This record gives sequence, structure tokens and C-alpha cells, in this order.
Amino acid sequence: MSDLLLDRLETSSGALLALLCMAAATYLCRLGGVWLMDHLPPSPRLRRALGALPGSIIISTVVPLGVMGGPASLIALVVAMLVMFKLRRDVLALVAGMVTVALLRRMGF
Amino acid sequence: MSEPVRPSEHSPVPEGQTPDYSPVTVYSPVTVYSPVTWPGFWLGMRLTLPLLPGIMVFGAAFGAGAAHKGLSLFEAILSSGLVFAGAAQLVSLALWQDHWSFGSTLAITLVVFAVNARMILMGAALHHWFKTASPMWRWFSLYLFTDANWILAVRYHQDGGRDYGIFVGSGVLLWLVWVIVTVPGYLLGALVPDPKTWGIDLVMPIIFVVMLIPLWKGKQAALPWLVAAVVSILVMKAVEGYAFIVVGALAGAIAGALMPEAQSDV
Repeated sequence: MSDLLLDRLETSSGALLALLCMAAATYLCRLGGVWLMDHLPPSPRLRRALGALPGSIIISTVVPLGVMGGPASLIALVVAMLVMFKLRRDVLALVAGMVTVALLRRMGF
Repeated sequence: MSEPVRPSEHSPVPEGQTPDYSPVTVYSPVTVYSPVTWPGFWLGMRLTLPLLPGIMVFGAAFGAGAAHKGLSLFEAILSSGLVFAGAAQLVSLALWQDHWSFGSTLAITLVVFAVNARMILMGAALHHWFKTASPMWRWFSLYLFTDANWILAVRYHQDGGRDYGIFVGSGVLLWLVWVIVTVPGYLLGALVPDPKTWGIDLVMPIIFVVMLIPLWKGKQAALPWLVAAVVSILVMKAVEGYAFIVVGALAGAIAGALMPEAQSDV
């Protein structure tokens, strides 16, 4: 049993270093945008760009997925949006979307 | 010079007015930071609850994948705790080695960076709020920054909320759950369902589109979204990997910068 535990705890310096590099790269991404904006001079143009950014990030994540991810993804995304649009309840919209995609995938779409 | 309107702690800026989120300087250079309160912390956790089932299945799927790929349980937990980014962790499994060379370490680092590059833009988009947090809270909470608490924070801030505790609370809960579920995922391995079967891979995309609705501020303001949609589809068809998110989002931001100032409420 203790051997089993030791097996699970084992690692190598190479693997540790790789994990630390991955973590550093990720933290750099988390900080990078905030740090960059600290150092860019504010302007109306930059403010408009940042204002357009949250929606653009969402669209760029989701639209390609909806287009290429098959009918189940597309229908589920549309259902979730419609429920949110009509009822303005985010949790309900999430549940509606998840139920839709689960059912459609079960049915083989 | 016309004064931008400063939102008070609980009242949003009236529509059409320029909000002023810069730190308040009160005569002497004393900066007043966004509050971080326990009620905010708990609210952040509560707002995160509906997202947890999906995130738990994802974290468990990473654990199962890690076991399958030959990582030790310790390494899997380290990955979840240190990297704490689902898509990047899953992609990194494909590049995992038994023996590490300089080249393979560099390769996995670059791929992780590429998958997470979207966070650079997400951070920039929320900069107006991050910059009001005290440095300590800011650098700590950014470690816990993920898609899920980003979107919650965008929504909360847009609705006029300013308690930075919600970002911290949401991040702490997400991190704890993510690290913990790695363990049963690793140990149960094959028993963990494929996230695709139940559509768990769609949790974040669905949350994203749902949150898009309250961001709608009229057709003119949504023009950059159209640009982002077209560019991201084109890039996805042309280039492998996750570049379409960053390129599409940047295209939308540039379109926003080039547009004329919005004429009051559309």
C-alpha cells in the first residue's frame, strides 16, 4: 500500500520544470493584458476598443464553435440565448442549453 | 474639461454618460481601492455554484486523462493547482513526455501560452476594474483568473457592482473544486464519463452566449461583434489551434476603436 502511495507521489525534475514553465506561461497570460493596459496611454480610441472587447471575445469563442461544432452545439447555443433573451434568468438559460445539448447528443446528433 | 461621471458603490452610471473608474485621489495622493468584503466573497461563490457541475466533470476528465497518459497523481494535482486552466491542461497531456528535453519543455510551454493567450485580452477587457483593486488583491486574484470568473465579473461590474470580493470568492471556489476533482478523476479513470457525451464541453460556451445578451447595447455597439464573428470563422477554417479566439477578438476591438463615438443611447 505504501508502495502504491509512493508511486503516485513520484515525479521527476524534468516533469516538475515543465509544470512550472506551464504555470509561468499561464500566469503571464493572466497578468499580461492587465499589465499592458497599465502602461498604454489612455485614449478614447483605446477605451472604445476595450469596450468592444468582452463581446468580441465571447463571439470569437462561441461562433466558430456553433458553426463547426455540429447541429447539437448550434441548437443548444441558440436555445440558451433565446431563453436568456426572453426570461433574463442566466441559470435557467444555462440549464436549458445543457439539457438541449445532452438530449441531442444522446439522440446521436 | 468635462467631468466623467463617477459611479458610487451601489449605483451604476446613467446610460450615455462616461463612467470614470480611475482610482480616486483625495487631495493627498491616497488611493481608494475597490472594496473586498466577506459578503462579496460569499456572493462570488454563490454566483459560481451553477457552473460547478460542468467544471467538476471537466476537472475529473483531466484527472482521468492524466492517469491514462502516465502522469503521477502528484503531477496531475500540481498541474491543476499551478496551471489551473482546463483547456491548456488537456492540450498539454498530448505533449507530455516520460523524459524531458529542453525542446519538449519549450514546446509544451509555448502551446500552453498559445491556448491561454485569450486571457491577455480578457484581462485587458476588465482592466478598468482590476486597476481599482489594491496591488495585493490584484496579483493574488489574477492567479485565480479563469473564463468562469471573468464572465461573472464582466456581468457583475456592468450591473454596477464594485465589490472586488466576488472575483476573489469565485476564483477561490473554482480553484478548490478544480484541484479536488482532479483526484477522483485520476483514481476512477475509465469510470469518468467523456464530457462530450453529456455536452459538458459546451458549459463555458453556453455561459458565454447567455452573458452576451446583457452586453447588448444596440446595433451600432454590436458592429464589432459582427467583425469578430466573421474573422474568427475565417481564421478557424484557415489555421489550426486556438488562434481564432485571439485574432477574432482583436479584430472586434480594432473595429470598436475605429468606430465613431456612440451617439448617446441607441
